[in-house]
Amino acid sequence: MASFKPTKVQFLPKLGEKVTEETLYWKNYKSPVQIKEFGAITKIDFSPLPPHNYAVTASTRIHIYGPHSQEPIRSFTRFRDTAYGGRFRGDGKLLVAGSEEGLIRLFDISGRVALRQFKGHSKAVHMTSFLSDGFRVVSGSDDLSCRVWDVPSAVELSSLTEHTDYIRALAPSKLNPDLFVTGSYDHTVKVFDMRSGSSVMTMQHGHPVECVLLYPSEALLVSTGGRYVKVWDLLKGGQELVSLKNHHKTVTCACLSSVGNKLLTGSLDRHVKVYNSSYKVVHNFDCDASILSMAIAPDDEALAVGMTNGVLSVRHRRHQKDKEMLTSRRRRGPSYQVFVKGKNFVPRQDDFLVSKPVKQYLRKYDKQLKSFEVSKALDTALQTWTRTSKPDVTVVVIIELNRRGTLKNALAGRNEESLTKILNFLLKHIFDPRFSRPLLMVGDIVLDLYQQVFHQSPVVERLLQRLMEVLGREAELQQELLQVLGILDTLFTSLTPRKEALAAPPVAQESQLQAA
Amino acid sequence: MVEKSDVRVVRCGGSKINLRPPIISTDSRFVLCASGDSVKVYSTRTEEWLHSLQGHTNQVTGIALNPANHLQVYSCSADGTVKLWDFIDGILIKVQLVLFFLHAVDKSKICFQLVAVHLPKSAEQEVEAKELSAVSSRISPNPSCTAFGREGQYIAFARHLQLNVYFFRKQKTYSFSLKATDKKGAKNAFTCIACHPADDCIATGHEDGKIRLWRNFIHTKEYTYSTQHWHHNAVNTLCFTPEGTNLLSGGIESVLVQWQYGAGNRKEFLPRLGGSILHVSTSSDGQLFCTSHSDNKITVIESSFKVCGVIQGLVKDAVFTDLMIDPRSKALVLNGKPGHLQFYSLLRDKHLYNLDIVQQEYIYEAGLDQFEVVKAAFDIKGYWLATVEERGQKSSDLEFVLKLWAYDERTQSFVLNTTITAAHTDRIISMCFSSSEETTMLVTTAEDGQFKAWCQGADADTQQDQSFWSCDFVGSYHNLTPTNCSFSADSSLLAVSFQEVITIWSPDTWELLTTLCQPPGVVRDLCFGQLSCSKYLIATTTRNLLCCWNLLTCALEWSTSVEVSKLQPDPLSENVAAFSYQSKHTDLFVFKPNEPRPLFTHKNVCSEKIHRAVFVPREELLNNCDESSQWLNRSQLYFLTQNMVFHNFTCVSLVQLVIDDSIAVTPFYLLLGKHRQQQQKLNTPSHPAADKPQQPQGSVTITELLHTPAHVLPAASVLCSMFVSSLLISNTGVREMESSEQEMNSEKEEEHSEEEMEACDSQQELRAQGSVDEVTPKLSKAQERELKRVRKTDFSWMAGLIDSKP
Repeated sequence: MASFKPTKVQFLPKLGEKVTEETLYWKNYKSPVQIKEFGAITKIDFSPLPPHNYAVTASTRIHIYGPHSQEPIRSFTRFRDTAYGGRFRGDGKLLVAGSEEGLIRLFDISGRVALRQFKGHSKAVHMTSFLSDGFRVVSGSDDLSCRVWDVPSAVELSSLTEHTDYIRALAPSKLNPDLFVTGSYDHTVKVFDMRSGSSVMTMQHGHPVECVLLYPSEALLVSTGGRYVKVWDLLKGGQELVSLKNHHKTVTCACLSSVGNKLLTGSLDRHVKVYNSSYKVVHNFDCDASILSMAIAPDDEALAVGMTNGVLSVRHRRHQKDKEMLTSRRRRGPSYQVFVKGKNFVPRQDDFLVSKPVKQYLRKYDKQLKSFEVSKALDTALQTWTRTSKPDVTVVVIIELNRRGTLKNALAGRNEESLTKILNFLLKHIFDPRFSRPLLMVGDIVLDLYQQVFHQSPVVERLLQRLMEVLGREAELQQELLQVLGILDTLFTSLTPRKEALAAPPVAQESQLQAA
Repeated sequence: MVEKSDVRVVRCGGSKINLRPPIISTDSRFVLCASGDSVKVYSTRTEEWLHSLQGHTNQVTGIALNPANHLQVYSCSADGTVKLWDFIDGILIKVQLVLFFLHAVDKSKICFQLVAVHLPKSAEQEVEAKELSAVSSRISPNPSCTAFGREGQYIAFARHLQLNVYFFRKQKTYSFSLKATDKKGAKNAFTCIACHPADDCIATGHEDGKIRLWRNFIHTKEYTYSTQHWHHNAVNTLCFTPEGTNLLSGGIESVLVQWQYGAGNRKEFLPRLGGSILHVSTSSDGQLFCTSHSDNKITVIESSFKVCGVIQGLVKDAVFTDLMIDPRSKALVLNGKPGHLQFYSLLRDKHLYNLDIVQQEYIYEAGLDQFEVVKAAFDIKGYWLATVEERGQKSSDLEFVLKLWAYDERTQSFVLNTTITAAHTDRIISMCFSSSEETTMLVTTAEDGQFKAWCQGADADTQQDQSFWSCDFVGSYHNLTPTNCSFSADSSLLAVSFQEVITIWSPDTWELLTTLCQPPGVVRDLCFGQLSCSKYLIATTTRNLLCCWNLLTCALEWSTSVEVSKLQPDPLSENVAAFSYQSKHTDLFVFKPNEPRPLFTHKNVCSEKIHRAVFVPREELLNNCDESSQWLNRSQLYFLTQNMVFHNFTCVSLVQLVIDDSIAVTPFYLLLGKHRQQQQKLNTPSHPAADKPQQPQGSVTITELLHTPAHVLPAASVLCSMFVSSLLISNTGVREMESSEQEMNSEKEEEHSEEEMEACDSQQELRAQGSVDEVTPKLSKAQERELKRVRKTDFSWMAGLIDSKP
């Protein structure tokens, strides 16, 4: 005897978004932890050393947070004015930061007071960074100059004034201690070589540059500014590789994930976008406010995003272990004491095992369909939870009822309340291309059945009115779309060159056949 | 060996086993059922087909156990004979020539007569029964509308709205009639009858699903009946259990219902048996029930309502798909149960398994429009299967689904890979897989004027192991409806016929290469030549034209005027078979595309139109040199006629077998060698006993024994002692003498028993054998074993002896 075959809920692919490995990877972050800072967060930097603390520059302070702490484990507050661009040194022991008054301070991570102060800039210093040898600091300032400082003696080594506007972006090379890249509001990105003391490469971004970023190989350079993200190939002399326009406001920050070097960009439009290696957007994080700064921890363990409203949101990666713990806890069966009988029985070799018959678990609507209770099955499928969160289940039950030829019976004899439910469901889903066919049929049958009694209920009548309006609009829209399609078709046919189909092919065909 | 070849049509396989109710033998070990012109015997435990009782020359129309001897069965056939069989050994015992048939149908007359046949008692083989007494001249053609009452006192039969009861003693018929319909729209026509075995009660089933229990029908006026109603459609069958405690009923719902007799409405159900129930029967001890279903199936059910066996024949409901061969198992694939594809082994005439395509609960309801598999195609390696299921006759509410199934090596079956719900906007007409080894491609043509090519989707974003199918190309030609599609042998060309025009496409670039046209007439069938003839394209049109194009020159090579209903190329050779239907009979032509001359013609294959045929590759190649049968060397041609019987073209070889006595010494032979010798002596006493086979080395015997498949070995208990003794160091001398003496003894006994058996009637065989045991109580264990074995053997040679006697 065959068992009852439950109705199969068909997985219908949604158009548009595709689920890929990458989206799954980026989806695998926990919900963000929000930390309130005193002002707009302008810079976040992760320490290269484990446990990967991160420095957050906001207002007149720099806070250092541990990977999982919500309270700062250290804070530097000796700024008279707004602090900018706090960055770690390569060994994670020193921190350099600029400030609004043009002073650059150098901190020891364990200390409180600045070790060195570099004076010389006349205006605010938004960007500071160590060069990769660790003994020099480079800074970019609003006074249009870019200066290099010696850490041990705290003297200015050189000053470069090639930019014609504020310098708001800076990236030192990790491979060569004499190279660094700057981006400025004069729409240019320049590569400076300390050995020659001048810029060796200039690229036109076309918009005020907010952020520059070097790939680890340092063959590619990313610059963001305006709504554009541009990738430059340095080995080809600064040729533009690709220009991305996925944000609709200024892109303020960019960073690279350490797994697979995926590019992430944050923008004032409150989105963080993740690109794959062919620069297609694969994932999107939404934030509450405009994003000013962003950083990702080594191994992508955490993504920290700083926003204009002073909220730091940190997303931690979800691990397989956590998930397993959750599911294992949920799946625990009845308690051990009750069902201990026969648990540790080991069958001997020549024992004949009689397995317990497996009980078939059916959903409620399947049970009702099995016993031919069609109206009840439809009621079950139209329950609020199913109707709202799993409309495909409802539609599958409707299709199954129609296949059995009992849809009319199931829809008949309903009161105002359940009829309202059905009509609301129709209103919501009748245009979903996945569902429209069976739902139109339901609409037809409902009209047939209740034609005589509609006027008795104003609620139902109103719903029907709405349904009619919506359907009319949809029909118009479809017609317009068809017209457009027709126009496009004629355009396409006129574009494709006419081929003489009969002249050439036989020869090609001959050779094919002979080869075969 | 002398060989002579001849090609002829052989009816093979797929016979119906659900025509008449099956019978369970008294010991519940066998199920007997009428199947075509033979009676098939199945085992209830293993569900295996044991043997068939062959001898009738026409359809067997009824079988019944011999009430006097529970090892014998009567069968009646449309050839006018009733035969008595010993069904365990399959021996024909008696033949009775009857002019009309009990429970049988006389098709030559318009009205069906019920006659009582008195079977004369005589010991002769062929008896002509002359005593006939007509009981009624108007009975229903359905044999389930006739039933014998308690202890054979009366017989009840129904026709339309009338129930008749004939009492043998009084020689009188009482009849009761019902109104055709009443106010509630009931349909009262009788569909089946069963009589209570101990009580005066007749149960009748009706067309509207009612069951009536008639009582007190000895009086014409004062009869009473009670009505019970559960079935929603006609009751097909009714059956009382042997004690009469329960009544079993079945109908189209495929639910076996057990009503408690006398307990009102108390009933039990056994649902979803598959196929509507046609007959129910019970074993004589009431422990087993047996139902036969419309899908050519017999289900054996225990009395606790548990299914314990299913005997499945070839499912022969409507066939929509083409006949196909699964390239892996070489099984024939066609529509099976509703919504299933069945895999059927033609070689063994055995149903292998059903593949659930629709995967939905089947509702057994008359007139309900349900999904049915209408198209199916295999790719060349048998790795992919494409199916189309369809619902809805009108094009407005047509629903169809295209499904692609991948073969799973681990589970050894097909697993659903892709479901395409709206592949086309209208009905799919044909589909085919490309025949190349590297890339698989599916092409479907539909009534919406488009053909689509489907490929395994190589989606760059989803880096998953699973690959799904997606549409690769949509093609059309002047908005005409495409009818057929076919790939060339190397898959470099695709031919799609659009009514009168055949278009040739290149599947690599999807470029229209050329068009071929031979008006008038719409192209009906299309195929490329195979192997050396791959440059030819063959097509048939509705205007009786068979055309062959040469694709190198793009010109018509030849054409002839012949009405072809089915064109079938052989994938293993250049041959193409064409079935032509002209003036009410079908002819077969086999030809090679390179010459317009047929290789082989067979006139008047059958009288119906043939739409489905298939070439089945042979297991081993034949090497016939005869020109007319050469085309059957690599594969066999099977075709399906409209009344759903398989036919096969076989090359019948008249081979004179030179029987070789020197059979290879196998372990099996060694173990049973002694017994063989005995038999030979019994058969031909004058023949000198063959030499004892050489005892080979023990180790060789053991290895051979271990390599022999288990199912051909005798029972372990038989083997054991001999096997152990073969391991011992042989002690020749005295013991050998002893054993030979024992042999002599047993031989004597055998001869003795043989005489006895000849003397007594064959019905008493068993008793005779029993008596042997009684006569010789002093036999040693070894001898007893020998005797047992002798008893188990086939006694068919006895029949020969009996025949030869004057």
